Amino acid sequence: MPFNLPSVLIALPLLGALILLFIPRRYERAMRFFAAFVTFAAFAVSVFVFTSFRATAEMQFVERVAWIPQLGISWYVGVDGLSILLVMLTTFLMVIAIGGSWVGITERVKEYHIFFLALEAAMIGVFVSLDLFLFYVFWEFTLIPMAFLIGVWGHGRRVYAAIKFILFTMLGSTLMLVAILVLVFANRDMTGTLTFALTDILKTPVPFGLQGILFAAFALAFAIKVPMFPFHTWLPDAHVEAPTAGSVILAGVLLKMGTYGFIRFNLPLFPLAAQGFAPLLIALALIGIIYGAIVSIVQKDIKSLVAFSSVSHLGFVMLGLFAFNAQGISGGILQMVNHGLSTGALFLLVGMLYERRHTRLIADFGGVAQVMPIYAAFFLIVMFSSVGLPGLNGFVGEFLILVGAFKANVWYAAFAATGVVLSAIYLLWMYQRVMNGPITNDANKNLRDLSPREIALLVALIVFIVWIGVYPRAFLDPIQASVMSLLTVVR
Amino acid sequence: MTAYCVVCIPFYATRNTQQSEIDMSLSVPDLNLRIITPALVVAISAMVVLLGELVTPVPRKRWLGYISLLGLIVASGAAIGLWGASTTAFRGMVIADNFGLFLTLTILVGAALSILLSIDFVQAHDLDQGEYYALLLASVAGMIVMATATDLIVVFLGLELLSLPLYILAAFQRKSAASLEAGLKYFLLGAFSSAFFLYGIALIYGATGTTNLARIAASASSEMLLIGAGLVLVGFAFKVALVPFHWWTPDVYEGAPTTITAFMSVGVKAAAFGAFFRVFLVALPALAVDWRAVLAVVAVLTMTLGNVAALLQANIKRMLAYSSIAHAGYILIALVAMGQSGASSALFYLLAYTVMNLGAFGAVIALSDGARERLEIGDFGGAARAHPLVAAAMAICLLSLAGFPPFAGFIGKFLIFSAAVQNGWTWLAIVGVLNSLISAYFYLRPVVAMYMSEPVAGWDKTRVAPSAVAIALFLAVAAVIALGVFPSPVLWHTY
Repeated sequence: MPFNLPSVLIALPLLGALILLFIPRRYERAMRFFAAFVTFAAFAVSVFVFTSFRATAEMQFVERVAWIPQLGISWYVGVDGLSILLVMLTTFLMVIAIGGSWVGITERVKEYHIFFLALEAAMIGVFVSLDLFLFYVFWEFTLIPMAFLIGVWGHGRRVYAAIKFILFTMLGSTLMLVAILVLVFANRDMTGTLTFALTDILKTPVPFGLQGILFAAFALAFAIKVPMFPFHTWLPDAHVEAPTAGSVILAGVLLKMGTYGFIRFNLPLFPLAAQGFAPLLIALALIGIIYGAIVSIVQKDIKSLVAFSSVSHLGFVMLGLFAFNAQGISGGILQMVNHGLSTGALFLLVGMLYERRHTRLIADFGGVAQVMPIYAAFFLIVMFSSVGLPGLNGFVGEFLILVGAFKANVWYAAFAATGVVLSAIYLLWMYQRVMNGPITNDANKNLRDLSPREIALLVALIVFIVWIGVYPRAFLDPIQASVMSLLTVVR
Repeated sequence: MTAYCVVCIPFYATRNTQQSEIDMSLSVPDLNLRIITPALVVAISAMVVLLGELVTPVPRKRWLGYISLLGLIVASGAAIGLWGASTTAFRGMVIADNFGLFLTLTILVGAALSILLSIDFVQAHDLDQGEYYALLLASVAGMIVMATATDLIVVFLGLELLSLPLYILAAFQRKSAASLEAGLKYFLLGAFSSAFFLYGIALIYGATGTTNLARIAASASSEMLLIGAGLVLVGFAFKVALVPFHWWTPDVYEGAPTTITAFMSVGVKAAAFGAFFRVFLVALPALAVDWRAVLAVVAVLTMTLGNVAALLQANIKRMLAYSSIAHAGYILIALVAMGQSGASSALFYLLAYTVMNLGAFGAVIALSDGARERLEIGDFGGAARAHPLVAAAMAICLLSLAGFPPFAGFIGKFLIFSAAVQNGWTWLAIVGVLNSLISAYFYLRPVVAMYMSEPVAGWDKTRVAPSAVAIALFLAVAAVIALGVFPSPVLWHTY
C-alpha cells in the first residue's frame, strides 16, 4: 500500500479545503459539488479501511514519521477496533452534512465548505492519532472551524454560543495539555526516552500517585466535550444556534470525541484511577440520563429538545464504558455510532422543517403529517431509532449497555432504564403535537413535502439505522478484540 | 567586505600579543569586528539613510525604506555567516553564540517586517522619512548589541542605544497629542528604569569587582550582589513590561505611530529578554533560588493582569499592549524554568511572537484607509466581507496569539509549558494555560467583529492594501503557519 489510509483520510479534506480556496466565489454550485465529492471520496476510503480491517486487537494501517524529533513527537496514526467505527461515522455524516446544506446555506458558501472540510480533517485526526501531541493538536483544531460554523452561519445568539463553545472546551483541554506534559515527562523519568507516542507510554504503567490527578485532568476535558451532567451547559446553546449541518456534526461526531477520549486514553493509561473514579462518573452519567430526559420533556423548541436528549443518550454511553465489561463497552461504542446516526438524522429533520417554516417551536405546528406524509414517516422511523425500538439500531446499543450495567450493579441498570421510558415520553409527545391532530396554524397548510435530495439523505441514514438494528454483528465483530484487550488492561 | 577585512587585519595582528595581559586594566581589547558585523552593518545603514536623505528628492524618499531593508538583509546574512562561531570578542564583552545570533535574526526579521509596514504608513501620515528609518535602524543596532552582550556595561549600552531612538519615534507624529504624550511618558519612565539598571550594575560591580557576566558568576554571592540583581531586574522589568513595572505600556502603545508600536512590541522584547536571560542564567545562577521564586510570582501577576486588563479594552492597540504584557509573562515562565529547555523555548517563543504580533499589527495597518486608521474593535465589523484576505490574515495571527494549533503561538506556548513541567514548575504551567484560556476571549473579539458582526460603514472593497504591507502580511502569516506546522527545522537551531 503506497499511501497510509488514515493519513489519506486526513489529507483528503484538507486538500479539498485548499483547492476550494482557489475556486472563484461565483461558482457556488461547483463548490458544493466539489465539497460533496471530497467528502464522498473520504467516505469511500473509510469504507475500504473498514472492509479490509482485520478483527484483531492490534493497531492497523499504522504510520509513524518523526515530526518534532527534538521532543519525541511523531505523526503517528492508525486505527483499531475502538476508532474504526467512529472514523466511518465521521466520513458518513460529513456526506450527509454537505448534502444537508445544499439549499439551506446561501451566504458565504465558499468559507462554509472550507470550514467544514477542515473540520472533517481535524475530527478524523482526533480518532486516528496515536501520539498525544498530535491528538491534542487535532482536538484543539476542531474548535476553530466549528466555532466559525456556529458564529457565522448560526441563528439568534450565535456569537454567544460560539464563544461559549470555545471557552468551555478550552477550559478542559488546556488542563489536559498540562496533564499530557506531566505524563510524558514522568514517563521519560522512568524509561529515559522522551516520547509522546501512546503505545510507548502504555508500556510503562503510570505511577499510582499520579494516576488520580492525571485521570481527573483528562476526564475533565472529555467530560466537558461529552457533555456529562454538570458540564453540559454549553451544549444546548451551541446545538440550538448552530446551522443544521453544524448540529448534525456537533451531535454526531464532536460529542463522540469526548467518549472516545475516555476509552482511548483514560481507561488504558490510568486503569487504577478509572476503577476509583467509576462510581462518580457512573453517578454523573445516571444523573445526566434522567436529567437530560426530564429537561427534554419540557422544551418548547424541537431543536433544544433534541439537544437535551443528547445529554441523556451520552449518559448511556458513559454508563456502558464504565461498567467495565464486554457488553457495556461494546454497547457504549456502538451507541456512539447509533446516537450519531439517529440524533444526526433528527437534527436534519428539524432543519428541513425550519427551512420551510423558519420556526422550530412545537406550538407553531400540528397536523404536519397531513401535508408532509413522507416527512412524517421518516421522522417516525428516526424517532423510534432514538427511542430504542427493537429492530432499529438504538435498541441494540441500549440493550447491551443495560446488560453491562446490570452485571456491574443492578441499581445502575434500574435507574438507566427509566431514561429509556422518559425518552419515549419526550419524543412521542413531541411527535404527537407536531405531526398529528388537525392543522391548527394556517401557515402549515401549504408546506412542501420532501425533495428527492432530502429523501436520499434520509434513506442513507435509515439504511444504517436498520442495518445495525437487524444485523449488529457486522459492526460489533470488528471491535470485539480491541474491547477485550482494553478490558484486560482495565481489570 | 574586502575593505572591512583590510581594516581589521591590524587588530587581528595585535590580538594575540594582548591575550596574556588580558587582565591588565589598560590593555587594548581584542577588536574582533567580525563578531559584531550584524550590529555594524545596521549602524552603517542608519548613517547611510541619514546622509542619503539629504540628497534624495522628496518623491523618491521611499527608497530610504528600501535601503534600510537592504541593510537589514545584509546584516541577516552576516548573522547567518557567524552561525556556530560561538566566539567572544572585546575582552569577553560581546559574544556571537547561537543564542545571541538567533535573537539577532529574530530582531532583524521583526525590523524588516516593520519597515515593510512603514513604507506607505510614513508617507500617508506625512512623517519625516529619513529620520524615521535612521532612528529605527539605530534602535535595531542597540537591540543586537543588547542581545549579544556578555558584560553589564555593554548590556546598558545596548539598552540605551535601543531606547533613545524609540523615545523619539514614539513621539514621531508631532501633530498628535497622544503621540507626544507617548514619547514623553516612555522617555521619563524609561530614563527612570535606566537609572535603576545602572545603579544595579554599580552595586554588582561593588560586590564582585567586575561587570563581566561569567566573572560575576564566579564571584562569591553577597547581600550587595542580591540587591544589585534586584535593581537590574527592575530595569529589565520596565523594558519588557512586567507587572508592576508595566504602566507605561498601554499609553505608549496606543499613542505611538502604529508601525512603531508594532516594531517595539517585538524588537524590544527580543533584545531585552535576550539580555535578561543571559544576565540571570550566566551571571546569577548562584542566586537562582531567590530570583526564581520572585520571577515566578511576577510571571503569574504579569500574565493574569495583562490578560484580564486586555479583556476590557475597546482599542485594539491598547488590547495588543496588554496582550504583550501577558506574553512577557509567558516568556518569564521559561526563565523560571531555566535550563536548556527554558532558554530554547523562549527563543522559539520570541520568534513566534515577532511574526504573529507583527502580522496582527500589519492587518490593522492594512485595514486602515490611508491616514485614517480603524483602531476600535467595533470598527472591524464586517471586514471579512470587504477584505477577506486581510481579515483571514488577522484572524490567523490572533488565533496564533491565543495559542490555537496549528499556528506558531501554540508551539511556542507548548514549548514553554513543557519546559516548566520538565523542571518541576507544573503549577506555573497550569496558571499559564488558564491564562491562555482568558486570552482566547479577547483575541476572538476582533475575529468575531470581522466575521460575525454586521458590517460597519465605510468599507471600500475596491481599495487594496499597499504592496509592501501586503508582502509583510503574507510573510508574517506564512511564517506563523510554517512555524506552527513544521517547527522542527527552527528547533534544531534553538536546542
